[in-house]
Amino acid sequence: MARAPLRGWDNGATMSTRPDAAPQPGSTDPQILRNFCIIAHIDHGKSTLADRMLQHTGVVDGRDMKAQYLDRMDIERERGITIKSQAVRMPFTKSSGDDAGKVYILNMIDTPGHVDFTYEVSRSLEACEGAILLVDAAQGIEAQTLANLYLAIDADLDIIPVLNKIDLPGAQPEKYAAEIAGIIGGNPDDVLRVSAKTGQGVEELLNLIVDEIPPPKGDPDAPPRALIFDSVYDTYRGVVTYVRVFDGKLSHRDKIKMMSTGAVHEMLEVGVISPEPVKASDLGVGEVGYLITGVKEVRQSRVGDTVTSNIRGATEPLGGYKSPVPMVFAGLYPLDGDDYPTLRDALEKLQLNDAALVYEPESSGALGFGFRIGFLGLLHLEIVRERLEREFNLELISTAPNVVYRVEMEDGKDITVTNPSEYPEGKIDKVYEPVVRATVLSPTDYIGTIMELCQSRRGQLIGMDYLSEDRVEIKYTLPMGEIMFDFFDALKSRTKGYASLDYEPTGEQASDLVKVDVLLQGEVVDAFSAIVHRDNSYAYGVSLASKLKELIPRQQFEVPIQAAIGARVIARENIRAIRKDVLAKCYGGDISRKRKLLEKQKEGKKRMKMVGRVEVPQEAFIAALSTGDADK
Amino acid sequence: MYVHVPFCSVRCGYCDFNTYTADELGEGATRASYADTAISEIELAAGTLDDAPPVETVFFGGGTPTQLPSDDLVRMLGAIRGNFGLVEDVEVTTEANPDSVTPESLATLRDGGFTRISFGVQSAVPHVLATLDRTHNPANVPQAVRWAREAGFEQLSVDLIYGTPGESMADWRASVEQAIELEPDHISAYALIVEQGTAFARKVKRGEVVMPDDDETADKYLLADELFSAAGLQWYELSNWARDEAAQCRHNVLYWESANWWGVGPGAHSHIDGERWWNVKHPAAYAQRLTAGESPRHDGETIDTATAHVERIMLETRLRSGLALDALSVGARSSVSDLASRGLVDLAGDRLVLTRSGRLLADAVVRELVD
Repeated sequence: MARAPLRGWDNGATMSTRPDAAPQPGSTDPQILRNFCIIAHIDHGKSTLADRMLQHTGVVDGRDMKAQYLDRMDIERERGITIKSQAVRMPFTKSSGDDAGKVYILNMIDTPGHVDFTYEVSRSLEACEGAILLVDAAQGIEAQTLANLYLAIDADLDIIPVLNKIDLPGAQPEKYAAEIAGIIGGNPDDVLRVSAKTGQGVEELLNLIVDEIPPPKGDPDAPPRALIFDSVYDTYRGVVTYVRVFDGKLSHRDKIKMMSTGAVHEMLEVGVISPEPVKASDLGVGEVGYLITGVKEVRQSRVGDTVTSNIRGATEPLGGYKSPVPMVFAGLYPLDGDDYPTLRDALEKLQLNDAALVYEPESSGALGFGFRIGFLGLLHLEIVRERLEREFNLELISTAPNVVYRVEMEDGKDITVTNPSEYPEGKIDKVYEPVVRATVLSPTDYIGTIMELCQSRRGQLIGMDYLSEDRVEIKYTLPMGEIMFDFFDALKSRTKGYASLDYEPTGEQASDLVKVDVLLQGEVVDAFSAIVHRDNSYAYGVSLASKLKELIPRQQFEVPIQAAIGARVIARENIRAIRKDVLAKCYGGDISRKRKLLEKQKEGKKRMKMVGRVEVPQEAFIAALSTGDADK
Repeated sequence: MYVHVPFCSVRCGYCDFNTYTADELGEGATRASYADTAISEIELAAGTLDDAPPVETVFFGGGTPTQLPSDDLVRMLGAIRGNFGLVEDVEVTTEANPDSVTPESLATLRDGGFTRISFGVQSAVPHVLATLDRTHNPANVPQAVRWAREAGFEQLSVDLIYGTPGESMADWRASVEQAIELEPDHISAYALIVEQGTAFARKVKRGEVVMPDDDETADKYLLADELFSAAGLQWYELSNWARDEAAQCRHNVLYWESANWWGVGPGAHSHIDGERWWNVKHPAAYAQRLTAGESPRHDGETIDTATAHVERIMLETRLRSGLALDALSVGARSSVSDLASRGLVDLAGDRLVLTRSGRLLADAVVRELVD
């Protein structure tokens, strides 16, 4: 099972029978439409606010209210984050101003809140005319929120600043209102104060959305153009594609065309989510809804693509389409080699609703048969791994994640390295590594420690801005490989959790990089190879060898561990042979107990991976690589 | 037959045996009434087992059996003799604390049919004994041994413990040498095991005592094996050494050969024809059951063929007589030559026998031999 279906899908959606005769999809005057999203950091209360709006507009009654209605996947719910966006149509009767009593249609588009999904965020923003900037009144704005805010400003969205959680005893609305005003301009008094938890200020916010956010514009008579801002695989209906119509009209009778590929699909259904799917005959200018075409893989209906009609379709797509580029790679191997086919099938299924997931089979001398998998980032990796283990009951070994390197050989060949063990030998001219622009927001107290951390990760300071007297925004260029593994943890622990981080890939840089291999008993273990900067390679090798010494249990023979660059050994450790593995005493009453212990030991052994003759615990493959200075 | 005596003068911190220091544990479980209670289980056993053959070995363990009057121990042995009969060359052992015997009590036991005595010596070094909470005076040990010999015990064993926190290699050597000077027929030497739930385990957890590293404990084993061998004591099970075959503890050998035995007493384990069971643990509950005419059995398990196979490998691999290769599955047999080439086992005809270093890795060897 990939994703819980929305209630209603299994029986087919029904036409709305809402008694208040709200304007129907397809025939809604764009003038009464308001498309908006909420930009917020994890924990700042976005989902609670969304819940409250659904309740207030009567779209969901209290009885049906599941906390965080819009986040459907288990993992999302557990982590309290939204990975995939959703759109909900809410009729709202204005309760203040000259137009009090008039019915408007608010489309709330939910956005993912994590750095790995920046592209998806940008597409969701593109579907809106305005954004609510939601900030926790006890914590202030965070780096990812700031990054998304800049995306929203770049997309010309109207911003409504809102402070949430004003009911909390630790709330400092004055301070953070001033901070927000400093960032987006305007008067601190204009920052709306709400408590999504108690509902205070929510009605005022809904009225403000109508007043502040402009209605969508578009040409109703032009060939249809709709932007795909989300695409979700549903077990019952196939792929459900979420779109925002810019021009013309998408009708349920149309054949549609994906403009990036030219692929034509039969339209089976169009509709809106309110919050259950409601079938419609059309979606008109400015409207937000879903369409179902019967395609089975989300990659056939990609976020950012433009949908038009097959006959008399548009010739120019809406701008900004990019296909997702994996930034991080890792090898995933079944602990039990017999599970390889299960892993392959599981990846195929996951790919149905994850267009960003790419993989290819690979084999490792140490780990056997598995897959090299490309991810958007580390969170994406973690989510995929967790879903594979949870939904498909697999036990997996993950190699340490790495970025993609580009190697230019002296003979002019250009080699892309997604797996350190495939790093070329021979005459290398230049090696390029991806870099990111990282933004850290933090109280000013930690400037020194943050700079020290960034320097130690080969960072180059771009600049520093004070958001307020005691909060600062620090920008660095950092090699992506240096921030992949434990940078965020190190940042959090050094700033007592106060700093927040955002980054975006900005290109590549030539660097003096080398491959460090690990040898167990003289044999290279490919799964431990890593590419590191030459200046750090010695320290890295020493630290990795000693870490492995701790992680690998003593065996019946001596296990020399070496770290090497090419043929040059840079570090060595030795795991002494175990000499005693026996319980001295075994009399009548001990026999059952001893037998059970034996069975338990054999179980434990199954969780080890044999690398040559050496039993290596599965954690070693990933834990060994956390040799950064996070804990120092 | 095993008879458990759940009384001690002091509870040792490391001990996880079912034993109590109080005189009164409730009706039927006082020291005074214990022998009668145990005798009623012996009678129950006789009633349960039809056509049981005469008993080959009896072992009184504890606890400290010699906390009971010798007459009581003799009376319990008499009940076994009366209900089952004893073979002519029966081995009857009691464990004893060097401080809890007198020339008279030893004579009573010997005259009453006990043939073998095993003294819990543990160490010759006062600070090690103190760490173990052993209260006996090490100076009393040679005297107790002399009395036992004078009483006519031909088979005399001492128990030693090594690997106690704070025990140096020299301490251990002193204990081994002193044990050898006692000229016992048999020595058992165990590495100290920290058993969960003991006072000792709590001390380790709190960091009050630090367990020695396994390599040092391995060295102590090797030292003991060397010194015992030089003194004419040969290993026959990996923690047991005997002067000759006659000096081996036949009772324990029967355990390791998966023979039938009945364990009498609270918490005692029994094994009869593939059924294993154990009695209720608390002496008062045990006594109540028997007083009510009920079986004191608490729980049990059936040893199926696969389990019996595992147990056989687990137990016989530990013996100097070794494990018959035909006891192994085809798959396991293929790893034997690998074990031999790694110096862990010797092949003696159709049996495999642990080498000296193999004995220290016996559990690992067993894991490789069990499918």
